[in-house]
Amino acid sequence: MKNNIIEIKNLVVDYDDERVIDGMDLDIGDKEFVTLLGPSGCGKTTTLRVIGGFVEPTAGEVLFDGKDIKALPPHKRQVNTVFQRYALFAHLNVFENVAFGLRIQKLPEQEIASRVQEMLALVNLSGYEKRSIDQLSGGQQQRVAIARALVLRPRVLLLDEPLGALDLKLRKGMQVELKRIQKSLEITFVYVTHDQEEALTMSDTVVVMNDGVIQQIGSPEDIYNEPINAFVANFIGESNILPGIMRRDFLVEFGGAEFVCVDKGFDKDEQVDVVVRPEDVKIVPQISGQITGVVESIIFKGVHFEIGIDSMGYHWKVHSTQSEQVGAVVGMTLTPDDIHIMRKMEGEK
Amino acid sequence: MNNKKKMSFGAKFYMVLVYAFLYLPILVLIVYSFNESKSRAVFSGFTFDWYAKLFHNEAIMSALLNSLVVAVIASVAATAIGTLAAVGINAMGRKMRSLVMNFTYLPVINPEIVIGVSLMLLFVFLRFQFGLTTLIIAHITFDVPYVILNVMPKLRQMDAHQVEAARDLGCNPVQAFFKVVIPEIMPGIMSGFLMALTYSFDDFIISHFVAGPTAQTLPLAIYSMTRKKVSPEINALSAVMFAVILSLLVIYNLISARRERNKGRAGR
Amino acid sequence: MKSKLPSLPYLIWMAVFIVVPVGLVLYFAFTTQDGAFTIENISQVGQYTGVLLRSIWLAAVATVICLLIAYPLAFFLSRTRASVQRTFIMLVMLPMWMNFLLRTYAWMTLLENGGLINKFLGFFGLGPVQMINTSGAVVLGMVYNYLPFMILPLHSIMVKIENTTLEAAQDLGANWFQSFRRVVFPLSLPGVMTGVTMVFVPAISTFIISRMLGGGGNSLIGDIIELQFIGASYNPHMGSAISLVLMVIVLLCMSLFNQFDSSGKEGIYS
Repeated sequence: MKNNIIEIKNLVVDYDDERVIDGMDLDIGDKEFVTLLGPSGCGKTTTLRVIGGFVEPTAGEVLFDGKDIKALPPHKRQVNTVFQRYALFAHLNVFENVAFGLRIQKLPEQEIASRVQEMLALVNLSGYEKRSIDQLSGGQQQRVAIARALVLRPRVLLLDEPLGALDLKLRKGMQVELKRIQKSLEITFVYVTHDQEEALTMSDTVVVMNDGVIQQIGSPEDIYNEPINAFVANFIGESNILPGIMRRDFLVEFGGAEFVCVDKGFDKDEQVDVVVRPEDVKIVPQISGQITGVVESIIFKGVHFEIGIDSMGYHWKVHSTQSEQVGAVVGMTLTPDDIHIMRKMEGEK
Repeated sequence: MNNKKKMSFGAKFYMVLVYAFLYLPILVLIVYSFNESKSRAVFSGFTFDWYAKLFHNEAIMSALLNSLVVAVIASVAATAIGTLAAVGINAMGRKMRSLVMNFTYLPVINPEIVIGVSLMLLFVFLRFQFGLTTLIIAHITFDVPYVILNVMPKLRQMDAHQVEAARDLGCNPVQAFFKVVIPEIMPGIMSGFLMALTYSFDDFIISHFVAGPTAQTLPLAIYSMTRKKVSPEINALSAVMFAVILSLLVIYNLISARRERNKGRAGR
Repeated sequence: MKSKLPSLPYLIWMAVFIVVPVGLVLYFAFTTQDGAFTIENISQVGQYTGVLLRSIWLAAVATVICLLIAYPLAFFLSRTRASVQRTFIMLVMLPMWMNFLLRTYAWMTLLENGGLINKFLGFFGLGPVQMINTSGAVVLGMVYNYLPFMILPLHSIMVKIENTTLEAAQDLGANWFQSFRRVVFPLSLPGVMTGVTMVFVPAISTFIISRMLGGGGNSLIGDIIELQFIGASYNPHMGSAISLVLMVIVLLCMSLFNQFDSSGKEGIYS
């Protein structure tokens, strides 16, 4: 039994007659790193703003430690936010930005100074106290925003695409650092991003959202290996998604052949979607392949080659450490574990 | 995402009060422009007489013509001088630029009455005949800073490499200026011109000191009308001006709204 | 094509029509009619100390009232949709394009002893109240005429304050009043400075509003200057001396305002 710090029950949010969140249920465990993942407009930021108190839900409940916090204004909630473009106070220097919330609490000057110092040390900004905000780089501003929110010792830290404005290398570094901060402070992080790799690297739990509806909740491994539908499969990493027919338990037909799989419980001859990750496909000589195809393209990606193979009109994407010749006829094999069967999404043809 | 919240009732009520304060006096003038009686105290009946009198008032009509002539000539000249000045100032070093800009702000921050009397002293000193010429010179003088202040930001926003690109593609400096720089800063030039035009058309204080007895502009004519205790033609004039300004604004807004919509469509 | 040459016509124009005239004001202020040097004119300005103080006082009162009226309005507006903002800002500018003489004349109609406001009060058996030809009427005229000059710069600085900045303040525990005092107001300060300057300078130097609404008894420093150049007491030397004093007062006040905010200039002109 996990100890839930936030429980969202049947949440509905409308903006100007448009439904942004449609009946959401979500439990967030204490000290957990939860990531809301989805394309822009999926409602992930709105969810965060509901928790922060900036958006009033149209219907539903938000419980914090089991108590309804709907009527609580943002400044009375035990959560703090790292805003998308940081929202730092341009008229205050680094120290005063971090000290802002402590000054509101009217803490003694000495305590303010020591807590600010402690936070700046945590985010590696010691010595930057007197700098003005516009003298900082994007990454440094990011750290100030994190320190400013954390200095108030919130139970939950909300982060709204905090790394979105940083370049790739800085982003990777900050991912590791954020995870370290979360572990060392032992508080709950609710993290919003549209970057699936970021979500998989950092989170304990990933919540995949689309069109205001949660698609799947699970550990990064679950989400990656057992996507519940084609949307999740597509959004999390690259994959081959093929239409298939479930012949019987543990046997599926797709791509022009029958494969043994690990799934059961479908109707006989039920239409399904089959997901195969590009790195799970093994390229073999034509004769020993379960299916065969013609190599269409080869792109060198550093760690591997991305090989496009046309097989019976379907364009497979395969990752392989070995190069092939364009135009060569090759075989492909799959083991039962590589094949993920998903029910067709509702409303799809 | 739209996170602008709806305005509270108190805020709306407050806005109504302030806008009522801004518009009530004008509304009163307009209502009284249809008043039969000369008196401002009673509304005795409806009439268009004051409008007829207004349009047959020689002094006002010639003042209106003078105003248009002065405003157009002064703002066109100021736009030319100011645009060139901005380009030149932009090329200056930091120190020189801030020196020149400080002088440019002088007419903006100096009280108008001081500008008026100082120009009057100059014209007396140079023995200029007061008239349309002195009016135009004075108007150019206070118009130019507004053009510069509108054009400068556009120049600074401009990517310096654009001119280099034009030169690289075969333009001489003058061609590069007209084909690249001018189109790029055109919005600034236009808003500077419009600002100069309206300031010129509206100016009373400076004109008061440099017009002399013969060259009346509309604001000067209005001033002499307000000196008489009762002149209902002023009400009619106010109503006409209000109607003209309002319709210009509405047209302008319709055009820019349509342009925005088209832009939105093209962007999709 | 980094040439300074295009600014030449302007530099010449500026020298002849801005610098020389200000020089002439200086020259006239310190000379007699025969062209001899004197400080007589400047010392004579002392007799107008009362008028000067009244001008500063009335202009300051009008400026404060403008700020108090404009600040909430600008803030509320800056939090609305862009299309709403554009319409309402247009509505602020619209009266500005009516000549200010007409607008001031409108208040004459309203404030007169037999005017509309007194008639209205009469319905309730009140008044008549003496409103026209009082210093209160002069302040009202200033507030009415210059209010847009306060609203516009305040609004344009406030739209730059993002909602997330306000949310961040709330998020960090600030209530409504605290986020105003610690975030909104400091960030809007450059706009306040611009607005104060743009109201105070024309208000302190006006001579029309005082003449039309203040009657004979409420002359301001602008009226005195105007009389030296156009009126019956023609004396450009005295007039220049008073103008010089006015200019110095204005510049002093402005550098005082700018003391509050070192980055003020950038805020004003960028």
